[in-house]
Amino acid sequence: MLKIEGLTAEIDGKQILKGIDLEVPQGEIHAVMGPNGSGKSTLSYVLAGREGYEVTGGTATFNGHDLLAMEPEERATTGLFLAFQYPVELPGVGNANFLRTALNAIRRGKGEPELDAMQFLKLARARMKELSMPEDMLKRGVNVGFSGGEKKRNEVLQMALLRPGLAILDETDSGLDIDALKIVADGVNAMRGPEFSSLVITHYQRLLNYIVPDRVHVLMNGRIVQSGGPELAKSLEETGYTAVQAA
Amino acid sequence: MPAVTETIDAVQSVTEGPYKYGFETDIEMEFAPKGLSEDIVRFISAKKNEPAWLLEWRLKAYAIWLKMEEPVWAAVDYPKIDYQASYYYAAPVKKAGPKSLDEVDPELLRTYAKLGIPLKEQAILAGVEGAGDTPAEGGRMPIAVDAVFDSVSVATTFRARLEKEGIIFCPISEAVQNHPELVKQYLGSVVPQGDNFFAALNSAVFTDGSFVYIPKGVRCPMELSTYFRINAKSTGQFERTLIIADAGSHVSYLEGCTAPMRDENQLHAAVVELVAHDDATIKYSTVQNWYPGDENGKGGIYNFVTKRGACRGARSKISWTQVETGSAITWKYPSCILLGEDSVGEFYSVAITNNYQQADTGTKMFHIGPRTRSTIVSKGISAGHGQNTYRGLVKISPKAVGARNFTQCDSLLIGDQCGAHTVPYIENRCMTAKVEHEATTSRIAEDQLFYCRQRGLTQEDAVGLIVNGFCREVLKELPMEFAVEAQKLLQISLEGSVG
Repeated sequence: MLKIEGLTAEIDGKQILKGIDLEVPQGEIHAVMGPNGSGKSTLSYVLAGREGYEVTGGTATFNGHDLLAMEPEERATTGLFLAFQYPVELPGVGNANFLRTALNAIRRGKGEPELDAMQFLKLARARMKELSMPEDMLKRGVNVGFSGGEKKRNEVLQMALLRPGLAILDETDSGLDIDALKIVADGVNAMRGPEFSSLVITHYQRLLNYIVPDRVHVLMNGRIVQSGGPELAKSLEETGYTAVQAA
Repeated sequence: MPAVTETIDAVQSVTEGPYKYGFETDIEMEFAPKGLSEDIVRFISAKKNEPAWLLEWRLKAYAIWLKMEEPVWAAVDYPKIDYQASYYYAAPVKKAGPKSLDEVDPELLRTYAKLGIPLKEQAILAGVEGAGDTPAEGGRMPIAVDAVFDSVSVATTFRARLEKEGIIFCPISEAVQNHPELVKQYLGSVVPQGDNFFAALNSAVFTDGSFVYIPKGVRCPMELSTYFRINAKSTGQFERTLIIADAGSHVSYLEGCTAPMRDENQLHAAVVELVAHDDATIKYSTVQNWYPGDENGKGGIYNFVTKRGACRGARSKISWTQVETGSAITWKYPSCILLGEDSVGEFYSVAITNNYQQADTGTKMFHIGPRTRSTIVSKGISAGHGQNTYRGLVKISPKAVGARNFTQCDSLLIGDQCGAHTVPYIENRCMTAKVEHEATTSRIAEDQLFYCRQRGLTQEDAVGLIVNGFCREVLKELPMEFAVEAQKLLQISLEGSVG
């Protein structure tokens, strides 16, 4: 379970998160919605441990582990996965090589045996088939020359391979057409289970038609201002964020 | 695929310290008196029992060298070298008797074993027979090795097997005795004695190195390799390598180099000459891992090397691939003289400078024959206080009708104390020639590191992965076994450069 209490953080001295309280119990999927500049991406980066995001107060734990005390790679081996809003290109680094390196790093961290090239390929091919990804994506450079949709699918493939306990999806729906959106949603839904929880960060309600969340939280101006069931997302779509702000 | 996918395993299997070849072999050595003089030149020549013409050749080089000035145009900074403070000849004392592998001092065999250099033919051959018909499944291909220890070659493997094909692979000192006509014909024909200060010095005092002759139409059945080891203190290594590929032949050759860790700087001034006749191909790969000095810039090898190949024949090809991770100072410009029509020159380079290392390296492509083509891909990586300069010349003569060159120079910076410099010269005197030059400078971006770390990679593994990706175009040119070795080396060379 992810437990965030009174979390405050700043970038370059500017306070962005102003006291976040949030709990995502194991097995649940929660959505965080909010307008641009509300602190959604900052929240995901702070949880993942990106440099330049300074935590000034509060706590964040995952299954009892103090996330804020760990290096980014330690958080990853603890089971935290961040699907990037803008997946990064690694020129010259083969996608298969990268995926296997990451998978084996996580497996080492969990004390599981590493996979050799053949075992990995077998696993990767199976997962790619589920995600309708062409196999040649394994041979290409990491995200190099990928379309926006391919990059997001590559993120979901990584998630499917690494099998995290907590996946944070940072606006994974942005820039996706409806088919790609369905594939991404299917990828997340396939992960659903008692050992998997997720924080789906999104600007629009659209994605939540396909990934139905257990709870919806509205983030505005660095705070959670409203929480509710899946119906909250729908009413937001009709009334807009300004209505919440006024309330 | 395997070379790439196995990289990370290979990298992770390396747990040794930053420079694992820094040990010293304790062995009885024979030295010439310290310093350089005509007498020393005569001493070396006499030691090698050389014919009079070669002594004359050396003395001429020495006379030229005395009149020359050390070059200062390279972007490297080092205290003045005292040429009288080095030993110019140092050799392990040899027991009397016939020269075979069994006669080699076991201490030397242990040294090379420790360096991972196979000097035992039997063991390797057995391994290959085991791999049998499926070499692609990872069976080690046999590699013939010439091992040069300080001033002399101590062993050369697979000679009998190569002789069956008419291939000569032996120490150059032996070639002088057994194939004087070939040595006389080609020695200094690509790099003349007076070519430059360090080539002149080498011509006067070279002690050993490898000699390769591939006869007409023969495709060399295995990789040839020379492994250079500087061991003795205060000793310079001056090796001379000469490779001749006769018409229609093909050879792939690799050199590797290491040296013990010492506080003093040691000089290495080599000359390599390649000659490719009609339709011949020479692929020359270097993994240079001389001791680079410590993290404060103390010690390390001064590497002043002249490498040049002549594509004399039509459709001949010379390809240089180098991975330069070692040395305190690297001064090196493997070049191609493209004489034959439709001949091809290639230069693929990765140069890493970390801590206080300085590298001034690049290539020269002389397009003389019609339709000659050259490709230059240079990847410079600077970290710590390292300074990395690409210096290259593409010269196209009026007769080189339809000549083409493509040059790509990429620099990667790690940290904010290092430097990358690109100095390309292009002299085109032919209207129909086409010359392209691309250059980029980049940093390892914070978002790339964070992306990798979020996937569970440590900072250093992430840097290794990104750097290997950056160098991929060059590493894929290496023979596979060495590609893996080189990838390991890149990571080790950058240890501690981030964070």
